[in-house]
Amino acid sequence: MRHIISLLMENEAGALSRVAGLFSARGYNIESLSVAPTEDPTLSRMTLVTSGSDEVIEQVTKQLNKLIEVVKVIDLIDGNHIERELMLVKIRATGADRDEIKRLADIFRGCIIDVTDKSYTIELTGTSSKLDAFLGAIDNSAVLETVRTGASGIGRGDWVLKV
Amino acid sequence: MSEELTGAEITIRCLQAEGVDCIFGYPGGAVLFIYDELFKQNKVRHILVRHEQAAVHAADGYARSSNKVGVALVTSGPGVTNAVTGIATAYMDSIPMVVISGQVPTNAIGLDAFQEVDTVGITRPCVKHNFLVSDISELAITMKKAFYIAATGRPGPVLVDIPKDVTQQKMVFTYPEKIAMRSYNPVIRGNPKQIKKAVELILGSQRPVIYTGGGIILSDAAKQLTELTKMLNFPCTNTLMGLGGYPATDRQFIGMLGMHGTYEANMAMQYCDVLIAIGARFDDRVIGNPKHFFNESRKIIHIDIDPSSISKRVKVDIPIVGNVPDVLKELIKLLKSTKEDPDQTALNEWWKQIELWRERDCLKFDRQSDIIKPQMVVEKLYEVTKGDAFVTSDVGQHQMWAAQFYKFDKPRRWINSGGLGTMGFGMPAAMGVQFANPKGKVACITGEASIQMCIQELSTCRQYRLPLKIVNLNNRYMGMVRQWQEFFHGNRYAESYMDALPDFIKLAESYGHVGMRIERPEDVEGALREAFKLKDQLVFLDFITDQTENVFPMVPGGKGLSEMILV
Repeated sequence: MRHIISLLMENEAGALSRVAGLFSARGYNIESLSVAPTEDPTLSRMTLVTSGSDEVIEQVTKQLNKLIEVVKVIDLIDGNHIERELMLVKIRATGADRDEIKRLADIFRGCIIDVTDKSYTIELTGTSSKLDAFLGAIDNSAVLETVRTGASGIGRGDWVLKV
Repeated sequence: MSEELTGAEITIRCLQAEGVDCIFGYPGGAVLFIYDELFKQNKVRHILVRHEQAAVHAADGYARSSNKVGVALVTSGPGVTNAVTGIATAYMDSIPMVVISGQVPTNAIGLDAFQEVDTVGITRPCVKHNFLVSDISELAITMKKAFYIAATGRPGPVLVDIPKDVTQQKMVFTYPEKIAMRSYNPVIRGNPKQIKKAVELILGSQRPVIYTGGGIILSDAAKQLTELTKMLNFPCTNTLMGLGGYPATDRQFIGMLGMHGTYEANMAMQYCDVLIAIGARFDDRVIGNPKHFFNESRKIIHIDIDPSSISKRVKVDIPIVGNVPDVLKELIKLLKSTKEDPDQTALNEWWKQIELWRERDCLKFDRQSDIIKPQMVVEKLYEVTKGDAFVTSDVGQHQMWAAQFYKFDKPRRWINSGGLGTMGFGMPAAMGVQFANPKGKVACITGEASIQMCIQELSTCRQYRLPLKIVNLNNRYMGMVRQWQEFFHGNRYAESYMDALPDFIKLAESYGHVGMRIERPEDVEGALREAFKLKDQLVFLDFITDQTENVFPMVPGGKGLSEMILV
């Protein structure tokens, strides 16, 4: 099952490598990982998308908590949450395809942020599966380049991850 | 205004403030300023080893036998890489330790400078935590954090990497008395509701077993464990790391469990209905195949300070996270306050069953042999030292025989590398033990293969006049490798014969020690007595033992606890 682990950790050099090292050393998989400082510059917020059995996920959260620099860990799957990922995708757009791609971008509420006579670059946000759906809807051979941030997540309403 | 000190002075002042009396190390370019400051003071004694691995093992032995934080000091690059085996050894056994390593100057980091290595990167997977001190303003607080993290919670090694320029910079020194970290708050007290549930389970048990590990030793909980076990009249088994946690000569002790555990301990583990696991982690050498373990149903109470040790290999029913002695005190208090007792008839039946298993006499060996049996040497060592020695070991058959035949009644007397299984650990660890216990009798039970992995430390022992007794069970084989090859690889003894052995007697003598070779069973006891009479001398006792002897019982890898190979 897919899990979205969200954690706060000390914003210190090497903290990220401790998390990444833990996952590789213990054979846990990482689908995506995104990290940046929070409004409190001493803290970083990380979102980790992983999958595994309940036992594995229990170990993942315990092992993350055990890291000295990790302050708090939650699994967003445990409650109501919102998930967003940003994708930039460069697509070959010539002739009749140009209109079709523009329409498709509109349907997915994407923005065209760069235009040349041969291509569009589209910015798209949404859940990871929405981004997958967009890529599925266009001809694979037309995709010149994709850049994805990996998912970020936040709890709904009163559910707040804070020190 | 206080005077400014260099980073090197601050480092030493921090050690003094932590009450460190003795550190183990080896100098080199990146730590020269620190060594210069060591030279100028006399509160912290420095012990010069012959290889950095030994510095860390010695600090480890020091910590294990004293419950103080062990400290090692090594230089950058190869100093650190040599230390890694020692650090990983300490990490696997949760030993409180601070390793200070020199680093190239900050402006040279990342430029492939001479003796540069990414120390924080290399050690990260085998330390509890590590730090690179990139500015002198962080030095004192980092040292404070290092000692705090190493000694609290589930203990472990912490490494502090100090670039050379930081040891030269100056700053006013203040050492924080206390430290609080928002990201690190070890739990002390167990959850009272869980403890209450545990009591109910204990009172309802019919075939209980108390199974304890290194956590009892590390947290100094032997007293509480003994009280609990006595009070309940339950059988108690210890892991390899937990020996000495419960007195081995007591009737309620059913021996070590696991791959080379006793028949009675392993059978009791398999067939109990309530298992009380304390400071132990159900590792593969202890319970064998977890699937087989669950062929029998039982309820498990698991007390441990590390939540990640709970339900890692084995699902438990009542987890209690907390400091073991604190949890045990609560448990004892609650048990005393209830009027009930566990079902005594059932308990008596259970004891009868255990005694039947015990009668199997699983540790028997040929006592009439003309060749020295290694088990007999350990038994004699036990007799000669009246069970009161500190015993370190290396890794292999001799380690198992030491664990099986030396009856440890006290904690912190049995010092071995259980988790990582590091050959070469025994002698340097014994050095550390001797420094922590200057008046103690210290024996290192080893084999001719293991001892050669850190044999250079005979020189350190000479320099500091350490009167260790090296009990070398010399069977001319890497015995445990040979045993597995005999059992599982069709007697093909690939590369396990130790050819071209040195004359250990001459070798010991060349370092200024005493050497003895013992070839007949009837000479074993006399040699040991003579060795311990030489109070100021290291004695290397080279026992020529039976090459074919194997360690029994044995639970083969992947098998269940009740599937032991017996003699």
